[in-house]
Amino acid sequence: MTGRRNDVAIVGAAETTELGRIPNLSQIGLHADAALNAMKDAGLTPKDIDGVATAGETPTTIAHYLGITPKWVDGTAVGGCSFMIHVRHAAAAIEAGLAKTILITHGESGRSGIARSRPAVSPGSLQGQFELPYGPMGPPTLFTIPVLRYMKTYGITEEQLAMVAVVQREWAAKNPRATFRDPITVDDVLNSRMIAYPFRLLMCCLVTDGGGALILTAAERAKDFPRKPVYLLGTGESVETPMVSQMEDFTSSRAFRVAGPTAFEEAGITHADVDHLMIYDAFAHLPLYGLEDLGFCKKGEAAAFIGERNTAPPSSSAKAGRLPLNTNGGGLSYMHSGMYGMYALQESVRQMRGIAPAQVPGAKISVCHGVGGMFAASGTVIMTNEEGI
Amino acid sequence: MPEGQRPKPQPTPETQHFWDGTKAGELRLQRCASCSKVYFPPRPFCPACASREVGVFTASGKGRLYSYVIHHRPVPGFTPPYAIAVVELDEGPRMMTNITGCPQTPEALVLDMPVEVAFERLDDDITLPLFRPAKG
Repeated sequence: MTGRRNDVAIVGAAETTELGRIPNLSQIGLHADAALNAMKDAGLTPKDIDGVATAGETPTTIAHYLGITPKWVDGTAVGGCSFMIHVRHAAAAIEAGLAKTILITHGESGRSGIARSRPAVSPGSLQGQFELPYGPMGPPTLFTIPVLRYMKTYGITEEQLAMVAVVQREWAAKNPRATFRDPITVDDVLNSRMIAYPFRLLMCCLVTDGGGALILTAAERAKDFPRKPVYLLGTGESVETPMVSQMEDFTSSRAFRVAGPTAFEEAGITHADVDHLMIYDAFAHLPLYGLEDLGFCKKGEAAAFIGERNTAPPSSSAKAGRLPLNTNGGGLSYMHSGMYGMYALQESVRQMRGIAPAQVPGAKISVCHGVGGMFAASGTVIMTNEEGI
Repeated sequence: MPEGQRPKPQPTPETQHFWDGTKAGELRLQRCASCSKVYFPPRPFCPACASREVGVFTASGKGRLYSYVIHHRPVPGFTPPYAIAVVELDEGPRMMTNITGCPQTPEALVLDMPVEVAFERLDDDITLPLFRPAKG
């Protein structure tokens, strides 16, 4: 390994004790439950933490609630990939000596809605003036708008879009914590309730309660912790536009095309080196955009790549695909609280620790790619379980 | 009639010319005097070259249907199913809108079909630029 950032490691990682429906915890309680689990995982107490990053809540709220006195904070909140970006910023802060032990938290009462903070869009903002008057109602009607253009450009069918959800359900079936585990077919997806054409219910993510937290420190300290360290190899971030209607290219995300290659360049790896991949899947088209924009597939070829089972788990009739993707079941079947990026990171850490429910045998490098808003932002984190040289 | 009202935009000093235009039956865009870029949404400088030398002009109101979804769930001010669309104007910029004057179905809403602006008055202050299939 010759990555630039293998000098920082993840030494604590945990999700909330429960996932799904958690009626006894508010948003801040979910942050705290995950943070306490991550600190226990790392053998630390709040007194050992000197840096805090979070989205949804402010670092102030989290630090005070947990009894942490930080020397460094990051409240970057650009949607569901905020946590990938927190990892990037935390790595830079540790390298610069601004903090030694950084806690990143997420918690969201997406289903129960207990004390959930949701930013209001002003009617005078650009979205308020030039998008909201036309009747979008949240991500199912906004994130999805570019897809018909993508499908026409590359001749992609609704059946191919449905196949993304089918394959991810196969992964979810192997995961006892996944919300939906029963197998589904392309017909099941295409016969599920229409939400926003061409998107059916089973092409849309879950809405659940949950949280997750990570603890980062310098790699040279990592061996002093109880768990197998997971080293950061490369990271990237970018933003494009708060208005999906103003994306430069409806068949590709500019933020993906900046964040992904930045992380690969920093890691000094090629696509052939990648053993495991997470691509934030709020909706079924996101893995297609991600596979192409990160360079795993040529433009327009990701749907066929998934259809040919290159990302699928082993089945009775076929061996495992060469690029295991969204091995927890993804936002489509595992869980999705609203800002799913933290759960993608948790699965990458589990895979690198070798403890994932659907473990990829011998996996050494995991790429974890997130999206924020409606193609508004992106963050990519590349991890390895091999110590840097 | 749908229940409730659709969200109403609140013009700002930087966008007032656009909403004055729709009220007068004109679709107004901006063009940079330095690099000729035509852009949307409105702002008092060019997003391509940052020049403040920009002007407002009346666009043709013609374009093509670029992408859309058809929403099937209830929203105040709308009767589902209804399309939330993006049109690409002949002058270049894209904008979100609704498509009127045709069924809200995949069969009627064909990508790249020509569309033209159809102004929809909400009240004394606000007229929205919707689009309909182009005549002829």
